[in-house]
Amino acid sequence: MKVAIIDYGMGNLFSVQHAFKYLEAYAIQTSSKKDILGADAVILPGVGAFGEAMKALKRLDLVGVLKDVAAQGKPFLGICLGIQLLMSESFEFGHHEGLNIIEGSVVRFGQERQKKPEYKIPEVGWNRIHATLHRSWNSTPLRGLKKGTFVYFVHSLYVKPKDASVTLSVSRYGDTEFCSSLLSDNIFGCQFHPEKSGTVGLKILKQFLERVAS
Amino acid sequence: MTVRIITRLDIKGPNLVKGIHLEGLRVLGKPEKFARYYYEEGADELLYMDVVASLYGRNNLLDIVTRTSKEIFIPLTVGGGLRTLDDIKTVLRAGADKVSINTAAVHRPEFIREAANRFGSSTIVVSIEAIRRSDGRYEAYTDNGREKTGLDAFEWAIHTAELGAGELLVTSIDREGTGKGYDLELTRKIAKSVPIPVIACGGAGRSADISQVVWEGKADAICVASMLHYTAVKHLRSLDGFEFEGEGNIEHLKANKGFSKVEESSIAAIKKELAAKGILCRYPLEEKVA
Repeated sequence: MKVAIIDYGMGNLFSVQHAFKYLEAYAIQTSSKKDILGADAVILPGVGAFGEAMKALKRLDLVGVLKDVAAQGKPFLGICLGIQLLMSESFEFGHHEGLNIIEGSVVRFGQERQKKPEYKIPEVGWNRIHATLHRSWNSTPLRGLKKGTFVYFVHSLYVKPKDASVTLSVSRYGDTEFCSSLLSDNIFGCQFHPEKSGTVGLKILKQFLERVAS
Repeated sequence: MTVRIITRLDIKGPNLVKGIHLEGLRVLGKPEKFARYYYEEGADELLYMDVVASLYGRNNLLDIVTRTSKEIFIPLTVGGGLRTLDDIKTVLRAGADKVSINTAAVHRPEFIREAANRFGSSTIVVSIEAIRRSDGRYEAYTDNGREKTGLDAFEWAIHTAELGAGELLVTSIDREGTGKGYDLELTRKIAKSVPIPVIACGGAGRSADISQVVWEGKADAICVASMLHYTAVKHLRSLDGFEFEGEGNIEHLKANKGFSKVEESSIAAIKKELAAKGILCRYPLEEKVA
C-alpha cells in the first residue's frame, strides 16, 4: 500500500512517516503530483500558519491535484493544520481561503468572546475525544475505541464544519466544545496528532488504512 | 485541561545519566530502553537532554533519537547544544517532534523567532535554567547551570514568549536532582506571566511535590526523572540482565543503590495521585501497548 505524505514545507513529517512505516505501509514524503495520483491514500499533515500553508500549496501547484483526488474518492487524511486546510476558510491572522473540500471555517479559541481566556493557548497535551449524539464510530477509523479516550493535541484553532453531521468526535478545551475529528465519505480529518497519540493513535491510523485496503 | 507528565532523560554519549545539580553524573543505561519502558507505562511525552553536547559528537544522540522515534509514538523533545537552524533540522529529521533551546537563544534572542518561523512555534521549546539569588531574584543560566547570563529569569521568560517560543521548560538548578520539591515561586511567576504552556523541571522527590507544582506552581506540565529511573532500572534488570555501555560511574548500579533523597515511584503511581487530588491527566490508560 502506497501512502503519499504531502511535503509542502510546513512542519516535521517524520513522525507521521514513522507511524505509517510501523504499520507496514509504504509511506513517502512527496510534493509530486505523480506520486499523489499514484498513491492509495493521501495524508496532509502540517504545523504552522494557515495562510503560509495555502501559499506553499499554491506555489507547489498542489491545490488542484489535492481537490481532485479528494473528489475522486481517494482516502484522504488531514492532520492538525491538515484538517484545517480542508475547510473553506480560516480566520487565523486575517482571512484566508482553504481547499474547500469540506464546507466550513477555522476559528481561534476564545475568538468569539471579548474577554481574554483564562486557559493557555495553544492547547498542548492529551485530551479526550467524545462521540456525538447523532453519529456512531462503527465502521469509522475510530471504531472500537473507548468513548472519551485520550489523544494528543497541539493547536490554537479548530474547525467548524457547516454540516454538523460530518463531525465524528468532539472535545472540550476550557469552555469550548470543538470538532476534534471529522469524516465525510473518503475524507477523514483529525485535529489531534494520531502519530503522537500512542497505541490509540496507531489504532486510528491502522483503521484508516483498512478502509483504504477494502 | 490535562497536565502532562514528561519523562526527562539526560544523555551523555550513549548513556542515560542522572546527577545532582547536574553535576556528578551517574550512568543508568541505554536511553532508548528506558524510553520504551516509560512509553509503555504511560508517559505523556519524553524529553532527551544531551547534557554534554558541547563536548561530544552528535552521532550518539541522533542514533538514539532515530531508534526511539521508530517505535515510540508520543511527542519527543530533544535539547542540548542546538545552535543553528540546521542543528534543529537535523534533530527533527532524526525523528524528534520538538527541540529545546537555551544557550543559542540567550546569545542571540532572534534565533527563537527564526526557529519558530521556520519550524512552527509549537516545535520550539525554550529552556530556562534559573538560580535563585540571595536577594530573591532569579537569574537565567546556560550550559546546565554553569554559565551566568545576567538575565532576569522572569523578564527573559516573557521575552522568549514574545519572540515565538511555543512552550517554556523552566528548570530550577537549585532543586535539580535534590528531591526537595519544585521551586514553586519560580514556576508560578513564569506560568502566570506568559500565555504559553510552562513545564516545571527540577526537584521532584515525591508524588505530593508534583500535585503541588500543579496547584500552587500553576505548571501545565511536569518533568520527572529521578523518581522514575530506579524503578525502571529494576524493571529492565529483571528482563534481560542489564547492559552497560561506555565509561562512567556505574558503581551505584552494581551496589543496587537508588537515590536516597527521592521516593521511588512510577508514572502510574504519580498519575493516580494526581487524579486523586482532582488534577486531570491521561489516566487511567485505556489500552496496554501491544
